[in-house]
Amino acid sequence: MSKLRNLFAKFADINSRYRQPRIEMSGAVRGSLLVLRVYLLALVALMIYKFVLIVTQG
Amino acid sequence: MNYFARLYYPLRKAWKAVGLYLVIAGPGIVVMVADNDAGGITTYAATGAKYGYHLIWFLLILIPVAYYVQEMTVRLGAVTKRGHAEAIFDGFGAFWGWFSLFDLMVVDWLTLVTEFVGMTAALAIFGVPPWITVVCVIALMAVIVVNGRYWTFEKLALLFCALNLVYIPGAFLVHPSVRDVLHQGLIPNFAGGFNGQLFFFLMANIGTTIAPWMLFFQQSAVVDKGMLEKDIPWGRFDTLLGSIVTVLVAVFIVIVTGTVLPGIDIDSAAQAASELMKTDRYVGTFLAIGLFDAGLLGAICISLASSWAFGEIFGWAHSLNTKIRQAPWFYATYFLMLVTSGLVVLIPQAPLVLITLFVQVIAVTLLPAALVFLILLLNDRATMGERRNTPIQNLIGGFIVVSIIVLSTLYGFSVLFPNLFK
Repeated sequence: MSKLRNLFAKFADINSRYRQPRIEMSGAVRGSLLVLRVYLLALVALMIYKFVLIVTQG
Repeated sequence: MNYFARLYYPLRKAWKAVGLYLVIAGPGIVVMVADNDAGGITTYAATGAKYGYHLIWFLLILIPVAYYVQEMTVRLGAVTKRGHAEAIFDGFGAFWGWFSLFDLMVVDWLTLVTEFVGMTAALAIFGVPPWITVVCVIALMAVIVVNGRYWTFEKLALLFCALNLVYIPGAFLVHPSVRDVLHQGLIPNFAGGFNGQLFFFLMANIGTTIAPWMLFFQQSAVVDKGMLEKDIPWGRFDTLLGSIVTVLVAVFIVIVTGTVLPGIDIDSAAQAASELMKTDRYVGTFLAIGLFDAGLLGAICISLASSWAFGEIFGWAHSLNTKIRQAPWFYATYFLMLVTSGLVVLIPQAPLVLITLFVQVIAVTLLPAALVFLILLLNDRATMGERRNTPIQNLIGGFIVVSIIVLSTLYGFSVLFPNLFK
């Protein structure tokens, strides 16, 4: 249990250590990165769908 | 006598340069050749069988693509002395850092599964049961990683890289028509027209040449090796040599299957090796040995890429120069990745070949996100100073990112609307 607590503390420590990004990004750049990320994840989801389709249909 | 005296100094200079290169050589050539992993060999074998020599020109384009992407990690590692994961957390904050680490973990684990698929299939040709292969590979990798230092690991990895060249004599044994290779292979063309299958194969070929784990691996290897800014030119040469060798090996695999198995739907490199055994026992054996070697080299490097990244972020000791007692978590994540992925291939009836091809495509789909961060980091004037990207390097990097996104989108459309590109 204490090991699990330590792990959560470690995550919190990492989050606080890297809270402030060193490289300044404008809102537009941050927005574009988020859109790109969501778009790529959607494409990956499509590929997983295709994979399942091939496996289930033989 | 005068002639020999004049030759002596240039030769001594050249020998010194070779010696110096051998000290610096490693990260670039290892990461590039390791990318010709089991999934890569399968993809190239399938490409040759499906499209003959017609996509060789596309593979050749991947030499500069691989070089430009990986060269950035050499500069970033040598200048910042930080691994890639740490550089992203530091540069863009924890939110984007966790995203990148998650991508790396998922893609690395999936790719490790494909390495075990390749290794077990390769040795199955010689009658070795899969479970024996999995156990022996994990034991061998434990010996390589635990007993050594970074230097030992790297030199052993270079030996495995040399074994990867086995496909070159293999291609000569099948007597391809040089005229056909040059005529069909070097003139850009899309045999069979634009369709979902072509997009899939193009993406899989990009995915086998540049992958997210390579960015993390090479930068961490540059740091672990202790390369300095003054070593960057040699690091560049190492990366260029690696990108040429990796694509050359890919071309020779395509030539082998394009010559012997044209028009045949190859599901795996192991199937290609079995088919080749019927026509030429030696070529089939070469392909099987090469497939095992590729899987082993890929597995060593990919599992290290994840362990390095976790070590950097969680603050654990994370160097191959440390012993297990000094870096328990580093070695624990290494073996956890290895054992769990090895177990997947022992699941009965798992669609292993399909998994192998899809992993390449998923890896390349996630690549643009990693590349965008890499390009932004290389433009950070405060850290990179004179070593930051030039406008031309940014243009090339941007072009690579856009090309991959367009290709992924086309493939996505072909999945959603199967009749669109028929």
